[in-house]
Amino acid sequence: MIYLRNVVSLELDRDKCTGCGVCLKVCPQGVLARCGDFVQIVNQDACIECGACAMNCEFDAIRVRSGVGCAAAVLNVMLGRTSTPCCGSSDDSCTTSCC
Amino acid sequence: MPSEDSIRETQSPSFDQCFVIDSLETLAGSVPVIDSRITRIDNLGKIKIRLGLNRMGYMIDPGLYALGRPDSHSPVLLSANYKLSFDNLRSVLPGRSVWLLVLDTKGINVWCAAGKGTFGTTELVARVASSRLADIVDHRTLIVPQLGAPGVAAHQVQRQSGFRVIYGPVEAKDLPAFIDSGNRATPEMRRKTFTLKERAVLIGVELSIVVKYGIMVGLVMFFLAGLGWAGNLWSNVVFHGTLAVSAFVAAIMAGAVLTPLLLPWLPGRAFSVKGLTAGLCLAALHGAIWLSAAAARTNHLEIGGWMLLGPAFASFLAMNFTGASTFTSLSGVKKEMHFALPLEIGGALIGLTMIIVARFVT
Repeated sequence: MIYLRNVVSLELDRDKCTGCGVCLKVCPQGVLARCGDFVQIVNQDACIECGACAMNCEFDAIRVRSGVGCAAAVLNVMLGRTSTPCCGSSDDSCTTSCC
Repeated sequence: MPSEDSIRETQSPSFDQCFVIDSLETLAGSVPVIDSRITRIDNLGKIKIRLGLNRMGYMIDPGLYALGRPDSHSPVLLSANYKLSFDNLRSVLPGRSVWLLVLDTKGINVWCAAGKGTFGTTELVARVASSRLADIVDHRTLIVPQLGAPGVAAHQVQRQSGFRVIYGPVEAKDLPAFIDSGNRATPEMRRKTFTLKERAVLIGVELSIVVKYGIMVGLVMFFLAGLGWAGNLWSNVVFHGTLAVSAFVAAIMAGAVLTPLLLPWLPGRAFSVKGLTAGLCLAALHGAIWLSAAAARTNHLEIGGWMLLGPAFASFLAMNFTGASTFTSLSGVKKEMHFALPLEIGGALIGLTMIIVARFVT
């Protein structure tokens, strides 16, 4: 299943990419693929912005505004209940099914 | 009071936990040996979790555990101290000898904890040190669940602990095949799915959250819905109250049950649109039933109001399912909420106005 189109913040810097391929192993959505000596974004809309690729890129070649795609979390931040985007009420850090 | 350092120094998981069956002596002290079998108590706990009961208190002690009779060559698998994650992991490894290193994620599953950073490089490196893993195994390899990767920087772990991180499969059930093939994952093992079954088990928790507030709201609605109409008060409360509560239940069913189940087949990409569709279908069905069953007494404006308020609420509930789903992004959710939330609130307010006005229009 694919969520909304053309909204994901994932960017890959080909000049920094060494083609080590660790990002291919950590991506749970098949967003990236090997293309010769480098890695390429092949399915941008499938990206869930979990940040696994950027976190594990030793060469800082991947940029993504990572977070959890959870409406309750966004709502909690909007209502000022939590400072960090997480789900659930203020008394438990996380109570809904997302975390 | 001992200092925090000395607690960490001597920290070992409790042997009193019900899945611990033995003790294994190592160069770094005694390590609890655990059973790979899942008991009735474990299953009962799992059912409670899936119904949204006691979700926060379901944790085990962090630290190093032994499954089977592991030695200095046995693989080391990482997990979170959410009991459901831990049970899932040990249950897929019967007859194997492995070390399980459980991180302290405050009882949160691996993926969510990784997103929050509690399943992360700092905790991992600290736990490797406090469990004295380097004294127990000869190799320097850790098998970390792939879904832990958002919190763990493999290169940093290697630099700070000397252990190399190998990312295992997304699902614990693929671990035996992964280990047997020399720590190699097939492309399928690396993908997070969201099957009908995976969506269905989430419904209990979705509903439990709604029911927590819904019973109160439903009761208030039942009585308020009957006020202000011409004629006998109690007869009005029973008639319009039942109409209101049934419309409310239909909206909950649409948003928290039908939408998760029918997710791939409902039109639209935004969850709010999917929920709106499901909500409109059930609201139309609800309206049709009332109009045919009690045509003389049913007010068209009131039914019309519920056909706006119900789907608006269903749409909102469906949007909340983004958090439980596995394929939504934060940027996408923000975009969706930006257009959907005003429409949901607007639709609900117009619907509510129609329902209130209905009693003054004959």
